[in-house]
Amino acid sequence: MKTLCSVLVVIAGIVGIWYLACVPMNIKGVLDQAQRAGEVVSPETAKDRRDVKAWALVAQNSFAIDRVWSVERPRLPAPHQVVTELWKTTVEKKITSKRSLIYHGQVTLTATLMGFAIGTGLGILLAVGIVHSKVMDMSIMPWAIVSQTIPIIALAPMIIVVLYSIGVQGMLPKAIIAAYLSFFPVLVGMVKGLRSPDTMQLDLMKTYNASGAAVFWKLRLPSSLSYLFASFKIGISAALVGAIVGELPTGAVAGLGARLLAGSYYGQTVQIWSALFAAALLAAALVAIIGVIERVLLARMGAKS
Amino acid sequence: MMVFAALCVWVCGWLLNLRLARSAQSKTLTVRLTVPIIFGVTLVVIWELLVHGLDVPMVILPGPTQIVARFATSLPLLWADFTQTILKGALGGYLIGCGAAFATAVFIDRSPFLRRGLLPVGNFVAALPVVGTAPILVMWFGFDWHSKAAVVVVMVFFPMLINTVAGLRETDHMQRDLMQTYAANYGQSLLKLRLPAALPFIFNGLKIGTTLALIGAIVAEFFGSPTVGMGFRISTSVGQLALDMVWAEIVVAALAGSLFYGGVALIERALTFWHPSQRGS
Repeated sequence: MKTLCSVLVVIAGIVGIWYLACVPMNIKGVLDQAQRAGEVVSPETAKDRRDVKAWALVAQNSFAIDRVWSVERPRLPAPHQVVTELWKTTVEKKITSKRSLIYHGQVTLTATLMGFAIGTGLGILLAVGIVHSKVMDMSIMPWAIVSQTIPIIALAPMIIVVLYSIGVQGMLPKAIIAAYLSFFPVLVGMVKGLRSPDTMQLDLMKTYNASGAAVFWKLRLPSSLSYLFASFKIGISAALVGAIVGELPTGAVAGLGARLLAGSYYGQTVQIWSALFAAALLAAALVAIIGVIERVLLARMGAKS
Repeated sequence: MMVFAALCVWVCGWLLNLRLARSAQSKTLTVRLTVPIIFGVTLVVIWELLVHGLDVPMVILPGPTQIVARFATSLPLLWADFTQTILKGALGGYLIGCGAAFATAVFIDRSPFLRRGLLPVGNFVAALPVVGTAPILVMWFGFDWHSKAAVVVVMVFFPMLINTVAGLRETDHMQRDLMQTYAANYGQSLLKLRLPAALPFIFNGLKIGTTLALIGAIVAEFFGSPTVGMGFRISTSVGQLALDMVWAEIVVAALAGSLFYGGVALIERALTFWHPSQRGS
């Protein structure tokens, strides 16, 4: 309860700062517009205004302050503008419309989920191999760890173009990038998890004369689950970033990344911000869903929370 | 023929590694280093042989030798891209972002109210696709490296903040009480007890930040940049189907990423030599 209260205060503070920041960010645009409409502004021409500090402009043209929150193409849109745009493009538009954020979000979401499924599947399989084979462990593990320090995302444009040139396009290239990004966190987390049973527990399994498969299914896999879900959470947000970045270099027409790119080409700041918030909400929802699955699954397995 | 040779190399490399891993010396450092190196070299050789054997065109996958040749012939260009993207954009933003996050964390730590409020928000933001702010920041700060540094600042800020705040909470009651009996004031106990105790956490944040910084600097260039920079070079070279150039840039990015991370890890080892995770082996 105390936490909730302070979180709300902090969020209110951030929104307040945001509204305040709109004033100096947008004042020049507002004044240019007012001048074109024939109103008296001081300093009179745009050229003179260029060298004046934003706050000085605000002080000299106090009549314009209330307009900074409703500019059409602001440098920094006010929170309510973003919220209105989000509402308009999700609830009021039809889902099939090219302008609906739900349509774009769902394009990105399918690529993310497909990539996440491929990436985690491969990651888990490889982790099982690494835990059971010493050669694989010694040869692959160092590379897996090193590869986490590399900005893999630099590969994204190339993967898309190469796949395009051999005739694969659409969702699969994006899914491959998403898979690639979610693969390594899951691999490393899963290896750690499968190794987490201590010697006592492994010895107990041995005294039961348990086979390798039994040790795996009854001891290693259950005890790896909390590690696995922790890396799932990292993996799914990495996959979403991968899918969004995968939409950038090809000039894709659909998807949240395409909305970001189109917005930045045409200076539609409100559109960029709403796409950004949609991506944020999507990421938060995906992580939350994984959290719920984790809690339910671990509770059914009898873990104490 | 080449394909067959590739198969042979694979089998040989695997057998060699198998023997090394099962040998009595498998715990020694040399073997631990040779095995992954053999694996890597095998992969590169197979890649080269397959590219030649199957006549893969350069626009799909250039062979390692082609990439190395391109790398060697365009060193000045690569160096210019490296300074623009890594040294100015990524490193500049990294220093500003981590510094600001550290200062904010020390400030927040004094107020339990702010800590309770900001930590969930920070955790939330750290999980978001922050790269998406790139088009906005490019619009605000122009096409040059300042906007890339700004993207990097936003990306590294929250992971660093969370880790530092968590680290400053690391000391337990006994230790703080001891400082109190020494009549240490806030500054002294911060410098001599709480910051050293927080170092492992701080370095965790710094290490997460290295990769994020490179990603931010490269991706931000996809939204507009001057005609120099790694992200710019990658996206234009992909357009010209000059894939050897793209791969050369990726090699640079990989080297820069590992060196950056390695550097931070070395500093960590020098500063937190007393911590169990560093004493271990």
